[in-house]
Amino acid sequence: MSMNAVKEQLEPVVVNLAWCKGCGICYSLCPTKVLSSNELGKSIVSEPNKCTRCKICENHCPDYAITVMGVKK
Amino acid sequence: MLAHLEKYFRTERLPHIWCPGCANGIIVKSLVEAIDKAGLDQDKTVIVSGIGCSSRAPGYLNFNTLHTTHGRAIAFATGVKLANPELNVIVVTGDGDGTSIGGNHLIHGARRNIDLTVLLFNNSIYGMTGGQYSPMSPQGAKATTSPYGNIERPFDICNLVTASGASYVARGNSYHTSQLTNLIYQGLQNKGFSFIEAISTCPVYFGRKNKLGRPADMLKMQKEFCISKEAAEKMSAEEKAGKVITGVLHYAELPEYTEQYQKIVDKCQRR
Amino acid sequence: MTVTDIKAKLMQGNQACAEGAIYAGINFYAGYPITPSTEIAEVLAERMPEEGGKFIQMEDEIASMAAIVGASLTGAKTMTATSGPGFSLKQENFGYGIVAETPCVVVNVQRLGPSTGGPTAPAQGDMMQARWGTHGDHPVIALCPSTVQECFDLTVKAFNLAEEFRTPVLLLLDEVIGHMRERVFVPQPGELEVVDRIKPEAGTQNYLAYQPVDSTLVPPMASFGDGYRFHVTGLLHDETGFPTNNSEVMGSLIERLHQKIERGREKIVIVEEIDIDDADVVIIAYGCVARSAQKAQKMARKKGQKVGILRLITVWPFPEEEVLRVAEKAKALIVPEMNRGQIKDVVQSAVVGKAEVYGIGNVDGEMVSPCQILAKIEEVL
Ligand SMILES: Cc1ncc(C[n+]2csc(CCOP(=O)(O)OP(=O)(O)O)c2C)c(N)n1
Ligand code: SF4
Ligand code: SF4
Ligand code: SF4
Repeated sequence: MSMNAVKEQLEPVVVNLAWCKGCGICYSLCPTKVLSSNELGKSIVSEPNKCTRCKICENHCPDYAITVMGVKK
Repeated sequence: MLAHLEKYFRTERLPHIWCPGCANGIIVKSLVEAIDKAGLDQDKTVIVSGIGCSSRAPGYLNFNTLHTTHGRAIAFATGVKLANPELNVIVVTGDGDGTSIGGNHLIHGARRNIDLTVLLFNNSIYGMTGGQYSPMSPQGAKATTSPYGNIERPFDICNLVTASGASYVARGNSYHTSQLTNLIYQGLQNKGFSFIEAISTCPVYFGRKNKLGRPADMLKMQKEFCISKEAAEKMSAEEKAGKVITGVLHYAELPEYTEQYQKIVDKCQRR
Repeated sequence: MTVTDIKAKLMQGNQACAEGAIYAGINFYAGYPITPSTEIAEVLAERMPEEGGKFIQMEDEIASMAAIVGASLTGAKTMTATSGPGFSLKQENFGYGIVAETPCVVVNVQRLGPSTGGPTAPAQGDMMQARWGTHGDHPVIALCPSTVQECFDLTVKAFNLAEEFRTPVLLLLDEVIGHMRERVFVPQPGELEVVDRIKPEAGTQNYLAYQPVDSTLVPPMASFGDGYRFHVTGLLHDETGFPTNNSEVMGSLIERLHQKIERGREKIVIVEEIDIDDADVVIIAYGCVARSAQKAQKMARKKGQKVGILRLITVWPFPEEEVLRVAEKAKALIVPEMNRGQIKDVVQSAVVGKAEVYGIGNVDGEMVSPCQILAKIEEVL
């Protein structure tokens, strides 16, 4: 497995906390509850291995704060 | 998204001014993806807007951008397009900007079938001024200026623009993002007046006043009340009650304004 | 030049204005019909495509003003023409043009107002609206022709000033001048100066659309499509063109907009002085009324009365220094105009008590006659 592939597996979703406004859209819409909120309501990746890379979070983040790595399983 | 971000956004200006959970950002993403799919040259593309929350979008986009006065974006854009028809001209407007103060320019742009792609962000309210009702607010909706519920009937803006003579009319929403991208893309491809109503959300004013829950709840509602034209065709009248139909609602091949004008110029110059 | 080279034509004021625009290189016209300006649109509807330009009749005056600003941003030389009610509608986007620094020419063929007023009756009632019609603190350039020849020449001048100073320029005609027919000597190409806007130097890196590069304070102007991808807004902005809330930056933008016009004063302010040197009484006039003033002045001189004329060709920015100079020598100034003293009041504040100022103000659609002026001269001498 290449380094990138390993990284993608460990960290399928990246949240840019500087841009995240904590609106809750991503963690409310994520079908597999990969995402949850921190004490500021901002998005954090709590269950990376459950990610199906469906991109619902990325597509609906109004602040371009989420990037999903790799392609749909 | 990352690749598009770097290419199409003025990333140094992000994060944008929109409230947490405002769907405007989602619609702008679809716009950018449609532009990418259409392969428009950024140097030859002008994005024009009026005034409102949604009309702030061009400031974040790495194109020639023109933020005009309230309601007048289509009129400015008409000047841009007719003066230099080589430019791709896109108009970003809100439901207040585009259908109230700018309603006259909207129907006349459609009537001329001038080659503009107009993307109207419909959040059913005046966001920027703090939540007053708009000509697209549903009957009964609460707003700061309709504290007892809105008694005015909203426009079916797609019908109005179709009747006014536009060659391409579509409706999408901020939940079904790939559909929306595709609808905008087709609008960009059409040589003529293309109109796309994008149902957006204003969680801060429309959402709170009408007790619609959190931003994610408002998106989930769109998922429920929006049905595609194709699905609607298979449904009974009862099933369709309360639903909003999305997809390409109208398409007609019609002569385009700047091309017609060029014919006159050519004729006069041959004389 | 031999006499046969001179192209003299009988023209209407409005037509001369349209032909002047073509001489200046107009590429784009947008307008909405209104008496007594409509002939400008009609002439250009026919002439623009012949010249490779574009004409469009918009849905209203608001849209017309918007369209010419939009077109100007693509590099076009643009114009619109209207009259009273339409001039009111243009005001918001006229102010936009000032803040967004977009060259264009706006013609107002003045008619009797307020409201629908007297559509076919002349007036000069929009002098103050020209100055302050759009909201906020802004500079304005306005020129006022008195002959059909000047309709041609000053239209060229208006385009030149618009391009040079990156700003909308007003041309204030009145129904008399717009509809009058006179002989016009149409200049040969090259005979009158034609100015084009300064573009950023080729190869400019990091072009900033609102950054002046020299003491003129006029930033070079790129066109949409040139590859600079700049942002234009009516919000107060910094040199990048993006909006700001910083009070210092907002204030300095407004200051610069004023300063660039102040610094250009010598090129902008034009007056004509007739027999000023020994004059006891000076008539200050503009537009159609300047014609009556000339007649009255000649008659007065014949009677041995020492009367001169200061004709305001540029009305805004106001020729304060020129007026003050005249006031220092003359005993009395008479300001005849077709309004209730709009310019008289400005003259009064410019002369700071150095001379008595008397007005004649017709608001009934009748020209100020030479007799009215002569009577006033008798009264004040
Ligand atoms: C001539 C004029 N009238 C009123 C306003 C105030 N104003 C600014 S934005 C706006 C409404 C915008 O509503 P909409 O177009 O629905 O956009 P949104 O903010 O909801 O995206 C109004 C009334 C203005 N800027 N200019
Ligand atoms: S959708 Fe975007 S802005 Fe909203 S909480 Fe998630 S990451 Fe943050
Ligand atoms: S890609 Fe899908 S599964 Fe993965 S975090 Fe985003 S929404 Fe959840
Ligand atoms: S006020 Fe409403 S429309 Fe405006 S940014 Fe906030 S949520 Fe969006």
